[in-house]
Order: sequence, then structure tokens, then C-alpha cells
Amino acid sequence: MSDITQSNSQTTQFDELPDAPPKRKIKLSWAGKTGVVVLIFWAIIVAIGPMIAPYYEGDILDEELFMVPGGDEYPDTDFQPPSKIVYLGTDYLGRDTLSRILYGARTTIGISFIATLWAYAIGVTLGIAAAVGSKLLDMTLSRLNDAVLAIPSLMLALVMIAALGSTIPLLILLTGIIYAASVFRIARSLGQEVMVSDFVEAARVRGEGLWWIITREILPNIAMPLATDFGLRFVWIILFISALSFLGLGVQPPMSDWGSMVKENLPGLIYGSIAPIVPSLAIATLTISVNMIVDDISAHSGGKLAKRMIS
Amino acid sequence: MLWRAVVGRIGISIVTLWVVSLMIFGMTNLLPGDIAQIMLGQMATPENTAALREKLGLDKPAHIQYLVWLGNVAMGDLGISKAGLGAGLGTPIVEMLGPRAFNTLRLTVWVSVIAIPVSLAIGLIAAMHPGTRLDRTVTFSTLSLISVPDFLVATFLVLIFAVYLGWLPSIVFLRGGESGWLLIKTLAMPILTLVIVVSAQIIRMTRATVLNVMSSPYIEMAILKGVPRRKIILRHALLNAIGPIVNVIALNLAWLVGGVVVVETIFAYPGLAKLMIEAVLLRDPPLVQACAMIFCTVYVVLIFIADMASILSNPRLRHPK
Repeated sequence: MSDITQSNSQTTQFDELPDAPPKRKIKLSWAGKTGVVVLIFWAIIVAIGPMIAPYYEGDILDEELFMVPGGDEYPDTDFQPPSKIVYLGTDYLGRDTLSRILYGARTTIGISFIATLWAYAIGVTLGIAAAVGSKLLDMTLSRLNDAVLAIPSLMLALVMIAALGSTIPLLILLTGIIYAASVFRIARSLGQEVMVSDFVEAARVRGEGLWWIITREILPNIAMPLATDFGLRFVWIILFISALSFLGLGVQPPMSDWGSMVKENLPGLIYGSIAPIVPSLAIATLTISVNMIVDDISAHSGGKLAKRMIS
Repeated sequence: MLWRAVVGRIGISIVTLWVVSLMIFGMTNLLPGDIAQIMLGQMATPENTAALREKLGLDKPAHIQYLVWLGNVAMGDLGISKAGLGAGLGTPIVEMLGPRAFNTLRLTVWVSVIAIPVSLAIGLIAAMHPGTRLDRTVTFSTLSLISVPDFLVATFLVLIFAVYLGWLPSIVFLRGGESGWLLIKTLAMPILTLVIVVSAQIIRMTRATVLNVMSSPYIEMAILKGVPRRKIILRHALLNAIGPIVNVIALNLAWLVGGVVVVETIFAYPGLAKLMIEAVLLRDPPLVQACAMIFCTVYVVLIFIADMASILSNPRLRHPK
């Protein structure tokens, strides 16, 4: 019986050229597909959000907008419920929640995305350097990395922001450095795995240079797990930046950002305002959908990623 | 061989701590403001500021200051809190840390006692029935929980229990000396928040770990020879998954000690993380250094425990390549 299965697998294997890279088929479940749709939706908002926003993010709306026809009382504009004038109500200063969400998408997603890219640039570069470099280099980088990992990230950010002030470039720089530590760990272990493989040995015997091995053998082989990890890291960074904003250390007013929108409008909860709920939902839909896509992909890559996340 | 591995890990931990101390010292020196001037307040004249700087050793170059500080910390002397206490006096940091550390410890112990058994059980049950509706419910809800910010979980709990139901206070106000029912009520909200956040992680990882072990050849063998599924999980899979699971728990506990910042802030809980935030805001470098060192030490120790657990549970790791 084993003979039959073996010959079967032989024939299927030679349907394509033996040295062709294996085709990667990713079939997403309904959860993953929903995730992709939500992600595309937010990407569009990031692109055109400020253009379709009914008001400017810092605009405190006029009382006259909310005047009941016929009445002559000026109503309070803060924590207005949703209506035809403000589709998602107003916040604690009487600003339009919808417009702030649309502007905030660019701030929150933009900052997090650039910070993730930055973390990857540092983490992957150093991680591969540690994987292919000398033992001393590996040792030095790894200990430095352990040290960064050992300091709670929020605390590290807290001290640095207290020392240097809270500006958006600093926020991106800092978040990138903090999260580069975990990217380093993964890139290094993935790189090491590839470095000891037979095909790298073959390439070395052929006389290929280190740069050739890195770009042609290592990077293509670690790209897929790194891409999946990118999704996870992106979620962590969104949550991290939101937490910083929530503590009042992240994005500064009057710019809108989803984390600080939750914080500013917390008192509104008591009056039943949806102003703090809407940005919370915005964060949640974005992060949950990215995680659902990542989950789907890692389930199809044989749980290898799950294993790596644990160790 | 086992001892060599243990000693090696201890060495790595110590080196890590040393690098951490360097980084912390460097970072706190970036904090703006002259401490001597802050301490003297309105009484600061150029002469007595200089005198105080000399007394505190601030006139020495940074590397000497670092060595003095490191020596003191190694001897258990964390120094004197410098800011916000008028001229010269200041409180020894060890005294300030005591009650705060007790509070954070109390929170962490409660959370672990509740979260670890519950989430291990849920993770195991989900892994026993993969693909069922129960498993999908668990997977989806934990995925959602790890995707939302922890301040959101806290906010919704406040909304439900403090605003609508009115059962629990929305901030923690510890007078000291509470006991029994009152204490439980006061601590319930921060504990619940942390339990939810931490459990979601542990459940996911327990499930993933057990499922991962379930795909190994010896489990296949056990299935083929007809061992019932429940027995396979409890006798074969779980025992082999203990190492990774302890790892996950240790990592989550480490997160708990440092990551409580948001929760302690929301509920105004007087713990270590809040003390450190206050210290940063008050520009009190010695206190920041002390708190940071405590957090990092706890983290390094927990990671060490996690490493040890995986070495002990997996004989193959006892012989490092």
C-alpha cells in the first residue's frame, strides 16, 4: 500500500519542473475574507478620509446647527446623539465624531504602519546580521536585544517621552525601536534555520558570496513567515500607540487619533453617549480583522508560526 | 550537563540585567531638569545648588555616577527619592516601594490564581474538541479579546458594573486595613480586567501548544493503537506540552507586572507601575531607576524560570548544541 501512495506522490510532484518554487495557495475562510474586506475598507478611509469628512477634525460645531426649528434655545453641542447633521454624534467639545474618526484613521493607522515598517527595517537587518555574522556579533546583539525586551515597553516609552517630549516622529522612532526587538528574535531564529540548510551549504560550496546568499536564499525563504508576523506586530503597535494616547502621551490634541478619542470621551459613557464607543469599535474592527487574516494564513502554513510564537 | 545549562542561563540572565542597568541609567539621565534645583525649589541659589550637587555626587562624570549607583543597588540600597520633598531630606526609596510592591503583588497573585487554572482548562477543552462549535467560539472570542486594547476591556467593565449595575466602585481607593468583602469589592474591577486580558493569551497558547503536540508521530501511534482521545490528551499530549505552557504562563506573568500600567492608571490603583509613572512625571530619576530595575529583574527571573521549565520538561534541550 505504501508503494502505491509513494508512486502517486511521485507523479504529482513532477507535474511541474522539479526546481520550480512550490505554489503557495492561501485559501481564506469566511473569517479571513471578512478580515480582508474590513482591511480594504480602512485602507480606503486612510486614503480619502479627510476628503469625505463633513467637517474639519478640530472644528467645534456651531450651536445653530442643532437648533430645533421654531425654538429659540441654544442647545449644548457636546455629546450630541447621532442625527442627520452629525451621523455619529459629537464628542465632549462638540466636534463631529465621524469627521474625527475619518481624520484619525490616517493618524492611527499611518503612524502604526510606518512604525511597523521601521521596526522591520531594524529588526530584520540586525536579525539576519546576527544569523549570518560571527558568534561575537550574534552574542552582542542578542544580549542587547534581551535587555530591550526585559524593559516593559510602555515604561520605556514613558521615560523616553518624558525626556524628549511627545512628537509624532519621536513616537514612530521609539515604537519602531521597541518593537524591533521582537522582530529581531524572529528574524534571527528564521535566518539561523535557513543558514544550516543544505541548499545554503550548496550555495557556499559553489562559491556564492554572503550577500548573494542573504538576498537569494535567506530572504525569500523567511519572507512568508515574516509577512504573517508583520500582521501580528502591526496589531500590537496599533494597540501600543492607542494605549500611549490613552495615557495622554501619544498623539497630542487637536489632532485626532482613535486612542485619545476613547480617553477624551470616557466621561460621556455616563450620559449614554456613543462618542467613546465609536473609536473603540474602529480600533477593534481593524485589529480583529488583521488577526483573523493572520490566523487563517498561519493555520494553512501548518501551524509553524504558532509554534514560533510560543517559543 | 544539566548543571552546565543552568549555570549558562544564570550567566545570560546576569549579563542581561547588567545591560538593562546601563540602559536604564542612560535613559533616566535624559530626563530634563536639574535635580538639585528641583529639590531646593525657591531656595535655590547658585552656591547652595552647587553644594547640593556635590553632596549628591551629581558633579561627578556620568560613568562614576553609574558605578556608584550600580554598587549601591547591588548592595540593596536603592537610594533616596529626590523630588517633591522639599530641601534635602527625601524618603529612602525602599520605604516607598514597600506598600506599592505589596499592592502590585497582591493584584498579580490574585490574577494568576484565578486566570491560570481557568484558562488552562478552557484551552485544554478547546484542544480536545478541535473544529467544534465550542472550539470556534473559544478561538474567536479570545482572538477578539487579544485584539482590543486593554483599556477598552476596562472601560466596558466600568460601564457594565459601575455605571449600569452600580455594583462595584469605578476606582480603587485603598485606605489600608480593608478586609473580607470590602476588599474583594474594591479589587474586583482591576482583577477582572487583568484576568480577562491574560486568560485570552494563555487560552490561545495552551490550545495551540496542545494541538501542536497532537500532530506529532507518537500521538499518531497512540491513536492508531486505539487509546481513547481523552486519555491521549491527558497522558501524552499534556505532559509534553507542559514546558511550552509554563513558558507562556511565565511570559504572561512578566507582562502582568509591567503591563499593568494602563490598568493601574484607569483604576487609580496604588501599585508599582503607577508609582513609576508618578516618578517620571515628578522628574525623580532615582525612583524611576529603582522601579525600572525591579520590573526588569522580575522579568528576567520569570524568563529564567520559563527556560528552566522547558529544559526540565524536554530532555533534548539539556544538551545545548
